[in-house]
Amino acid sequence: MFGWEFPPKIYGGLAVASYGITKGLSLQGDVQTTFCLPKPTGEEEKFLNIINMSQVPVVWRDKNYDDIKDRFVGHTAVDYYRFRDHLYADFNYLQGLDDMGCIQFAGGYPGNLHEEINNFSIIAGVLARSEDFDLIHAHDWLTYPAGVHAKMVSGKPLCIHVHATDFDRSRGKVNPTVYGIEKNGMDHADCIMCVSELTRQTVINQYHQDPKKCVAMHNAVYPLSEEYQAIVPNKTPDEKVVTFLGRITMQKGPEYFVEAAAKVLQRTHNIRFCMAGSGDMMNAMIRLAAERGIADRFHFPGFQRGKQVYEAYKNSDVFVMPSVSEPFGIAPLEAMQCGCPCIISKQSGCGEILKNVIKVDYWDIDAMADAIYSICTNESLYQYLAEEGLKEVDQITWQKVGLRIRECYNQLIGRGWFDNWEYLEAVKNI
Amino acid sequence: MKQICLYFEIHQPIHLKRYRFFDIGKDHYYYDDYENERAIQETARNSYIPALSTMLDMAKSGEGFKVAFSLSGTAIEMLEQYAPEVIDLLQQLAETKCVEFLAEPYSHGLASIGNEESFREEVKRQAKKMKELFGQTPKVVRNSSLIYSDEIGAICADMGFKGMIAEGAKHILGWKSSHFVYSCAQDNRLGLLLRDYNLSDDISLRFGSQPITADTYCDWINGLPEGEDVINIFMELVALGVFQPLSTGILEFFKALPACARARGIQFATPSEILAKNKPVAPMEIVYPVSWNDEERDTSCWLGNTMQREAFAKLYDEKIVGRILACKDRRIKADWDRLQASNNFRFMTTKPASAGLYRGIYENAFDAFTNYMNILGDFLKRVRDLFSDQVENDELNALYTQIANLGEELSVKENEISRLRARLDKYEAKEKKAEADAEEKPAEKKPAEKKPAAKKPAAKKEAAPKASPKKK
Repeated sequence: MFGWEFPPKIYGGLAVASYGITKGLSLQGDVQTTFCLPKPTGEEEKFLNIINMSQVPVVWRDKNYDDIKDRFVGHTAVDYYRFRDHLYADFNYLQGLDDMGCIQFAGGYPGNLHEEINNFSIIAGVLARSEDFDLIHAHDWLTYPAGVHAKMVSGKPLCIHVHATDFDRSRGKVNPTVYGIEKNGMDHADCIMCVSELTRQTVINQYHQDPKKCVAMHNAVYPLSEEYQAIVPNKTPDEKVVTFLGRITMQKGPEYFVEAAAKVLQRTHNIRFCMAGSGDMMNAMIRLAAERGIADRFHFPGFQRGKQVYEAYKNSDVFVMPSVSEPFGIAPLEAMQCGCPCIISKQSGCGEILKNVIKVDYWDIDAMADAIYSICTNESLYQYLAEEGLKEVDQITWQKVGLRIRECYNQLIGRGWFDNWEYLEAVKNI
Repeated sequence: MKQICLYFEIHQPIHLKRYRFFDIGKDHYYYDDYENERAIQETARNSYIPALSTMLDMAKSGEGFKVAFSLSGTAIEMLEQYAPEVIDLLQQLAETKCVEFLAEPYSHGLASIGNEESFREEVKRQAKKMKELFGQTPKVVRNSSLIYSDEIGAICADMGFKGMIAEGAKHILGWKSSHFVYSCAQDNRLGLLLRDYNLSDDISLRFGSQPITADTYCDWINGLPEGEDVINIFMELVALGVFQPLSTGILEFFKALPACARARGIQFATPSEILAKNKPVAPMEIVYPVSWNDEERDTSCWLGNTMQREAFAKLYDEKIVGRILACKDRRIKADWDRLQASNNFRFMTTKPASAGLYRGIYENAFDAFTNYMNILGDFLKRVRDLFSDQVENDELNALYTQIANLGEELSVKENEISRLRARLDKYEAKEKKAEADAEEKPAEKKPAEKKPAAKKPAAKKEAAPKASPKKK
């Protein structure tokens, strides 16, 4: 598996989904996952093998085992020597090689992203030659070139996982380079897993893929940890809090949230709005809130991490996700786990599997304002959405998603059905 | 001898329009006129008119065809406005004397489980409307969607109805058969006719997918055990034409029914005739309300989730109902009827069986709830604004009775005044006569002079109090 993010380092939904998928697969017992990351922290969970792409050699360097054995994060020195036996070309011209002959990654999303993607693909060539595997699974466009390269070398089937497309990120104005990488990856893939039917349609229509090889593979959530469950909400009884949580950027539709808030605040005064997160449109949103004259009831607490996110959910009465185009959107599922009713845009992929949420068009600020007002004023609607939502989201587990992915795998590599009945039964009863 | 009792419900919901919360307090018109006109005309064209015309022919042919109808008040209002030809047809049917009209709550609402006083008022109002339109005073009553429980039965018996129709649900009947007349457990004056859901659904639900002929159908009825004589077939009139499109030949099936029935010695009868001919065999105890809706045959499709229950509680809040009943505002009363319609609650159902349910203009239950609560919010505000919040309903009623009483008191006093005045006139006339006799003037002119003389003192009396404040 090639991935760009993995917990504990979380930049967005990609890390969470990558973790869920690998964990769901590992629980089946007979799936062994090797996850290739540009720069792991060494604190990843041990249910899978981690390969640190920053420590895979691409040029031969004479190194003594005793000198380097303690320097590895992720894989070990033994792996290093095995990789070194499978170099396939002379990459001495590359800049940024270290003394072990490895290419360094900055991690995250640096300015020279395209260069890093290319390097990632070069290293994948080494791995494809040295490792033994049945199938390649590449997460998100950054790792598609690596996946394609590995397929070319090994001839093993390639499965790519579309967590988002550039059409979602850019509201239709795609970056041609990114589009090229995505299209190339999809063209070479044997199976395209899309996180929602919405994304699947984008892949079919905008990337011209064969519908037969595209499957909708909805995400899931992990049950709340005890630490998060124990968070006691700190609510003021006579005031309601409506929350937006996510990157404040065009894709997430923050301006619609501000406009809806302005509509609600024209009629009521016991509601506060909170726009948590950061992003390129944050300043514009602060200005917009001021222009609408609601700055006294509209708050920007900034970027939330870890536990703060769940505190925000628990303290909210309504969670709003007005995304213009959201491939899946795990946030509403997390909010529902905390018993917070959700309003999501119809343009969100998670809406396809959720029933106990209110769905509105992202541009329909009247409907959005109406829904916010209704949840805040009608206790019964709040109760119903909170209780039934929690029940519903508890049924959406990564184990189930893992089984569906497994089915696709089996078809790709020509294996029979997964027949661990005990496990199947256990998953069904969750 | 076996008797078929046919009954059709005529009801169409009045669709509410999209109403946002910022309209509260500004916009007091709640209806989607376009959708209402379209829906009722479509229904009339596809179902009501062809079905009623067929029945009119059947009734006129003298083959002993009998049928019963009930119309909700809101449906009548809509039909009068958008499809008056349906009312005409019903009136022609009424003239054939083969048709009985039943009473039901005017709004097709849930007042029977929400507020007894309002329920009584609504049934009376609808019965009056039936009398006006069709010249019949209903003797048998049916509740919205056949909701029935012992308490509702007792209220109807108390109102003087002889019978009521209800659902022959499996869980209330058990081993018993719906083919007898039963009586209400709390008041044995009220006879109960229970719907045979198998035979009814054979027509209204299954006719298109499992077609049957009138012969087979009458054979089934004829094959029922000896003594099971009352076959109650109740459905909505839209079953003929909407649930089962006309292309299924459902009207031809209906036309053939009387002849096939007569060949087997089966008669048609209206609910009143059934009740007159058959004595109740036993009381039927129904503690929890039953209805003809859904698999459960209970009230869960209207009051199944918390949202529905909140809306219901707010709508039938005792103080609100009291005020609405006391007030004289016609628009408020009309809105009240329309907001009560049970369809509004049905739109909010979240039952799994509701997957393919028709939800009118709404997308889902939450949408329906939000819109309804916005409208209800505005409506309740209008009702509260009618009277000061401190006034309790009892006081309000007391005030109203006081006003009514004052009127009576005034009229009593007026009578007394005129009586006294007449006596005064007589007395003065006598006095004058006496004076005249004494002065020996001509007696003929005197009566003419008396009247103006008598009025003058009264006029002076009136003027006197007015003058006194000026002096101050």
